[in-house]
Amino acid sequence: MTTPVIELRGLARTYPGPPPVPALRPADLVIGEGDYVAVTGPSGSGKSTLLHLLGLLDSPTEGSYLLDGLDTSTLNDRDRSALRGRRIGFVFQEFHLLPHRTALENVLLAELYNQTPRGARLRAAVGALDAAGLGHRLDALPTTLSGGESQRVAIARALVNQPSLVLCDEPTGNLDSRNAAALMELLDRLNAAGFTIVVITHDAGVAAHASRTIAISDGLISERTEAGHA
Amino acid sequence: MRSSATGLPSPRLSARDATAEAVAGIVQRPGRAVLTMLGTVLGVGAFVGVLGLTATGAGQISHQFTVLEDTTVTVEDNGPANNVAPPGTNPAIGFPADADAIADHINGVAAAGVWWPVFLPDGTSFTGSLALSASSSQTVNLLAASPGAVRAMGLSMVAGSPLSTYENDTTQHVALIDMSTAAALGISPARLPSHPAVFVNGIAYTVIGVYRSAQRVVTDESAILIPENTALADYGNPAPGIGNQDEAQMVVATRIGAAQAVARQIAAAELPSDPSRLVVTSPPNPQKLQSEVTGDLAGLFLILALISLLIGAVGIANTTLVAVLERTQEIGLRRAVGARPRHIAAQFLAESTALGTLGGLIGTCIGVGVVVIFAAAKDWTAILNPAYTLPAPLIGSVVGLLAGTYPALRAARTSPLAALRNA
Repeated sequence: MTTPVIELRGLARTYPGPPPVPALRPADLVIGEGDYVAVTGPSGSGKSTLLHLLGLLDSPTEGSYLLDGLDTSTLNDRDRSALRGRRIGFVFQEFHLLPHRTALENVLLAELYNQTPRGARLRAAVGALDAAGLGHRLDALPTTLSGGESQRVAIARALVNQPSLVLCDEPTGNLDSRNAAALMELLDRLNAAGFTIVVITHDAGVAAHASRTIAISDGLISERTEAGHA
Repeated sequence: MRSSATGLPSPRLSARDATAEAVAGIVQRPGRAVLTMLGTVLGVGAFVGVLGLTATGAGQISHQFTVLEDTTVTVEDNGPANNVAPPGTNPAIGFPADADAIADHINGVAAAGVWWPVFLPDGTSFTGSLALSASSSQTVNLLAASPGAVRAMGLSMVAGSPLSTYENDTTQHVALIDMSTAAALGISPARLPSHPAVFVNGIAYTVIGVYRSAQRVVTDESAILIPENTALADYGNPAPGIGNQDEAQMVVATRIGAAQAVARQIAAAELPSDPSRLVVTSPPNPQKLQSEVTGDLAGLFLILALISLLIGAVGIANTTLVAVLERTQEIGLRRAVGARPRHIAAQFLAESTALGTLGGLIGTCIGVGVVVIFAAAKDWTAILNPAYTLPAPLIGSVVGLLAGTYPALRAARTSPLAALRNA
């Protein structure tokens, strides 16, 4: 068996009150390399808390989180930042593109802090945009891109460092159905190419693309055992 | 550097990348950048301009002292130790009859001569014609002057000629008058060939010359200059003693740089028997005067420049803080892609420092331009001290750096979670 990309052991996050809010109750979860996991649940169920913990944007109050076999609870800020930059790619519902930078510059931003030579950065960024189907719009500003194109730029940015884990937070939330379908196809292809993907969604159609679905409700995680039908 | 825990290189933001990010941040909002820089531009511009203008002005003052004050030596007759003159009369003047010639023999003297204000009783009338008896309403000074003194005064003649030795030696009743006196007395310089006269209490003096301006002694006063010997004959000896305003004096025009040497020699040369009777005044020290003028002006304007810089700093701090609040999502995104808090702080510090530096550069250019244009308009020599001018843009950098510190720290403390959540 390959090393799991993600291994949660009793991971929990309680927001200090008063009153304290247990946003995520102690959870055990293993996500292997190449897995395509959907996390579903209603608003306020703890989906985002889980995403932030997985993305090392937040720290748990209990338990431990192993990323690529590395216990992240023992890491300092520098190492957590390095892991975020190198091993994790984020795709947000709001795209979070810098409005005054071109598509290419937005992708290059993800490589800014990881000590890669400039030439290599540029090649990787162009390659990632090509893979996302936007090789022809390198110099376009986000304001001139459609929602679907913007999200593809965001995906190229998430992939440019060849991360172990791609975290998507409601990636189709701001897209129409046609663009949403095209985006899900892109994610399917990326998964087929070996990327480990975790998608947070409340859209059953999006969740249906995943090979595993994890439901979360009131901070409690439960895995649906039936196989996905992507 | 490679982390031991993760085996990954530590996140790093190179100086080149930080600069590129800062420039991109500024260029994206050019209008705002210009407004933000304004205070720094004004502050640094004022700093460079004030120092340049005061240096240029002081240089000009120094120049004037060099050519005029620095070449003028004054010798005053303080009177004899024992007054042997009969009561009601004044002792003979302390300068010998050939005082002009003696002074001319001193190396460095360009021209020298004796002069004194002739004491006139109240109600003395000055008229341009006996028939018209209209006295001049303005105060006119009647001065006795030797031909050498007239030369040392450096008169610019409008018409006629200055006093000659012949006119002095033969006690001619002639006079030199300035243009305002001529106008007041109704004497036109063009009428000089018809020998007009001024009448002082009825004594006629033929006007032989009209002058426009003078370099020494009669620089800004109306005056009638009559020959020294004529004055002695008409009005007697002047009262000696410094302080009574009427004592005989010698004005010496020297060559540049010779004033001090002339001042040391002249009393003994003119009056070897009693040199201490003559009080010699050497020129003021131009360096001292210059520094006083510079100090007064520059002090005031530098305070204004500092105030402008302070306003500039507040402007940059304010705008950077607004930018930090506006760009929380960007901060969150950068943290998500591996930036550490110090990288966020470095980016905003670099932006504010770049803004300050740019403002400093523009301000320096404006300041230099103002000094050069001002000097050119006045036909002066522009003086800009490189020790102040060249580092002036750095003042802007420092202002930007200090102003950006608080916003940068605040940006660094922004939680990526909160930043990404407030989408």
